[in-house]
Amino acid sequence: MLLKRIFPHPLVSLALVIVWLMLVNKVTLGNLILGTVIGIIVPVLTAPYWPNRPKIRRPLKVIEYGLVVLWDIVVANVVVASIILFKRNENIRSRWVCVPLDLTSPEAITVLAGTITMTPGTVSAVLAADGSNILVHCLHTDDPEGTRDEIKHRYERRLKEIFP
Amino acid sequence: MHIALEIAVSAFLVIAGVFGLVGSFGLIKLRDTMQRLHAPTKATTLGVGGVLIASMVYHWADGGQITFHELLITLFLFLTAPVSANFIAKAYLAQNVAEKDLPEPLTEHGWAIYNDPPLIEEAKEALDEGRA
Repeated sequence: MLLKRIFPHPLVSLALVIVWLMLVNKVTLGNLILGTVIGIIVPVLTAPYWPNRPKIRRPLKVIEYGLVVLWDIVVANVVVASIILFKRNENIRSRWVCVPLDLTSPEAITVLAGTITMTPGTVSAVLAADGSNILVHCLHTDDPEGTRDEIKHRYERRLKEIFP
Repeated sequence: MHIALEIAVSAFLVIAGVFGLVGSFGLIKLRDTMQRLHAPTKATTLGVGGVLIASMVYHWADGGQITFHELLITLFLFLTAPVSANFIAKAYLAQNVAEKDLPEPLTEHGWAIYNDPPLIEEAKEALDEGRA
């Protein structure tokens, strides 16, 4: 289909136009045209490396997810800073936690892995070879099962609603 | 500039400085690479974020114009920080940690840094059978 060849990723095109306008910090016709050209050319050039088009089912949930993650990032900063400052090294109990995934789309798993890294006390390390599990490193936890359930409940449940 | 705004800008700058310092201190204080990864991915986010908020408030109060560059920096930071942390973690695991030291995944295929994905594995087996 011609339209699909010109716009392999319409959302990426739109995001590129908006990012371009924010970069030049001035909305004029010239900038809009230049931004549109970039928004068309870049997705076409990168389409071979990203053949499938992810579907986003509930756009409003994306905003909710963004706000939840933003809040958690602030909490994460305070939590990690207090562990660094007030815990002696001997008392920091780091653990590996293996989280089984229900998500299957690569885009959703990427977002989840990024979220895990940005949120309290956890860094995502590696995926299972078939993408069914993710290995998470916890800076300090006494309750690995609780951490795993929180990741599944707080982030994965919301992502499942966004990516079908 | 109004005194309240000046206080707000200063407060954000101080908060940013404190978190930046704690993040860098954590990099020295924590013991191994995986623990050290936690300091720059988290504590520093608020460090940079605080400076950016202060910059936005200052420019808005000073010249009355809203700049979007700070929002873009935040966006790019949130996109790049987890990806680079993940690369560092994977490189560290591949170089220094044996597969048996990690917890078992709930699948027979193992972790991606030690094992091929199922499709490639099947293809390799088929190739070996063809040769034999």
